[in-house]
Amino acid sequence: MEARSPADWMYRFLLFPLGQMLAFIAGSAFILTLLAYGIALLFPEPRPNIVLADQIGRQLPGMVISGITTGFVYAMIALGYTMVYGVLKFINFAHSELFMVGSVVGFEVFLVFSAQAMLLTWHPVLLVAIAVLSAGLVSGLLAVTMERVAYRPLRGAPRLVPLISAIGVSFFMVDFVRALMAITRNDFNLTYPLNGVDWARAPIPLLIGTTTVNLRPTQIIIIVGAVLMLLFLNYFVNGTKLGRGIRAVSQDMTTAGLMGINVNRIIALTFFVGGAFGGAAGALFGMNVGTVTPFVGFFPGLKAFIAAVLGGIGSVTGALLGGLTLGMIESFLNGVLVYFPVFGQRYTDIFAFAVLILILIFRPSGILGEKVDEKV
Amino acid sequence: MKLRRVTLLAVMAALVLVLGASLTTAQDAKVIKIASQSPLSGPQSVLGTAIRNAAELAIEQMSGPLTEMGFTVEFVPFDDQATPDVGVANAQNMVNDPAILAVIGHLNSGVAIPSSEVYDANNLVMVSPANTNVNITDRFLPTVNRICGRDDAQGSAGAAFAASQGVTSVYVLHDNTAYGQGVAEFFQAEAERLGLTVLGFEGTSETANFDGIIQPILALSPEMIYFGGIYSQTAIFIQQARAAGYAGGFLGPDGFDSSEFAAIAGDAGVGTFYTTVAAPVTYFPDAAQFAADYEAKFGEAPQPFAAQSYDATGLVIKAIEIAAARSGGEVPSRALVASLVRATRDYQGITGTYSFDAVGDPVAAQYYILEVGSADPAAWNSNPLLQQVETASPLSAAAAGMAGS
Repeated sequence: MEARSPADWMYRFLLFPLGQMLAFIAGSAFILTLLAYGIALLFPEPRPNIVLADQIGRQLPGMVISGITTGFVYAMIALGYTMVYGVLKFINFAHSELFMVGSVVGFEVFLVFSAQAMLLTWHPVLLVAIAVLSAGLVSGLLAVTMERVAYRPLRGAPRLVPLISAIGVSFFMVDFVRALMAITRNDFNLTYPLNGVDWARAPIPLLIGTTTVNLRPTQIIIIVGAVLMLLFLNYFVNGTKLGRGIRAVSQDMTTAGLMGINVNRIIALTFFVGGAFGGAAGALFGMNVGTVTPFVGFFPGLKAFIAAVLGGIGSVTGALLGGLTLGMIESFLNGVLVYFPVFGQRYTDIFAFAVLILILIFRPSGILGEKVDEKV
Repeated sequence: MKLRRVTLLAVMAALVLVLGASLTTAQDAKVIKIASQSPLSGPQSVLGTAIRNAAELAIEQMSGPLTEMGFTVEFVPFDDQATPDVGVANAQNMVNDPAILAVIGHLNSGVAIPSSEVYDANNLVMVSPANTNVNITDRFLPTVNRICGRDDAQGSAGAAFAASQGVTSVYVLHDNTAYGQGVAEFFQAEAERLGLTVLGFEGTSETANFDGIIQPILALSPEMIYFGGIYSQTAIFIQQARAAGYAGGFLGPDGFDSSEFAAIAGDAGVGTFYTTVAAPVTYFPDAAQFAADYEAKFGEAPQPFAAQSYDATGLVIKAIEIAAARSGGEVPSRALVASLVRATRDYQGITGTYSFDAVGDPVAAQYYILEVGSADPAAWNSNPLLQQVETASPLSAAAAGMAGS
């Protein structure tokens, strides 16, 4: 790789990815806002005394922020699906459990902080960094173990076989963590000891126009944490030798092996990075929602998988776009459907997935996906 | 060689004899089993385990008369995982054991309703310490009883309380289950009747991230949010709604009633109101001994529904005693036990005096309205009691109306 100027480096690894995220957020927020006001034009007063346009105006900043936080969590989980798919053409259905393990590890780390009275004395940034990194490390190592034990022996087998193995691993992990928590804590609802800790729980009022929006501190933590990690991932995949190895293996495993790349090691590395992102997302998610259980991975995992498909599975940028879009769509649907008693928020998922089906009808390989030849 | 074969045969014959002998002795002892079914694992296991523990304690303490009659009374706990399929599968296993004469359970109405269909088809009597959905008894099954109040009364009691606090606008959420949606609908109906504005009525199965659900609530800014659901979901919601800046009040049904609520919601949960059929054990003067025994045996204070489960079990044991006496000291039939449970009049329990009406509802049910007083889970049993409402079961109320007119 030829030597590059610092300005070029800045552009490739800082400005471009940041701009990309901003464009995705602004783009989806803009389109959805237009759609929401479009609905408000069609149904100005869906219920007596409720002027839809006013309500949307009041909710808009909150909906966008909640969409971004949910979206970044989906995006970080989706990266694990998409990277593994990229190298192995295989969906790791146990990935949602890596997210769950991350959220449980985050809980354990914060419990230690709380027991050592570090929660209020240490700097929040340091605490969050330690929790997120340990969650990422544990989930990453777990993903590598998973690959070694359950997937590598099946690599030459028909495609359905590792898929079933993955589902088995997923069940195993849920019940293992469930048993572990039952034995060690005799409890199931793992509540982060953050209640009453101001840096994590005190709402931050933010005046936008004439409305005050209360930001939750953990939402800011999710956004900042996710952006930093996504920048790092972009640098890692596109700017380092190991990243080049991953890209080479995902293009052609056999040829990459002939070129002197240790394919097994690259695959393990891919699992580590994907798992670590899932685990880190789990810890961030846990901080935000406050209480996690061994079943917490199922829905975020499923939706992140869908986000990965929506964005174009196999593409890292696609996972980011898919995650953010899906998070935003959900948030807007939650905010608007509530005023239509016939539908209501309980149908949010139906509408979200109807959008997904529509997009996939017109772009079967996802928004950013390329037409790849089937490798069977 | 031949000799060895003979020895082998002899040993085998001896074994068969011994085994046969032990089998006949096992048949000689008359075994009566009482089962419990409640979630022992999963997010709601705190309440489910309390139901199991209290039933176990009741059998230990009250099976004396049955033992004197020559019965061995055994307790068989089942884990329904708060899941209908699991509950029904367990029920099917249960009815195949002829020694099981009664079931104490469940915690969740959504599990109790399908499971009780299986019990009823096999004449197995169920007494519920906790199921409040109207359809538990409104199916008129002869084997299904409960010692707690009903959701129609509970939802209405909640709405009346909200009105009495001067609240004018409410937002209603529920968890899409038979229990949560049922009680929320009764709350909504009564709230509208009392002239409160219901700003929204929504169901959600979300259990972790409520960001999107909270946004429209903030925009509507109701004075109070009513959430028909169980603490493992509602406490998380309350914590997040507070963190998002919601300033109004929270009110919920007895699904809120667990010390885990305080652990999960923390400071955000303080000041939350809830209606419950099971007041803390400290409010029952007769339950002090039970609370002490429970703590001595299980190392923790009894959770809500523990005392009710103790009473349900005691009531069942009483009915089995009478049934056994009528059957001449033999193991009584399930049908007889079921009819005697239904015929219970003025059973003196630690939480009250219970009589069943013709469909299995208690003739008079108590509702308590409490306020979460502290973020400390250990202080849950000292949550202040604000109001106590006694409601007659629909059937006995109708009968009283007839008598009056």
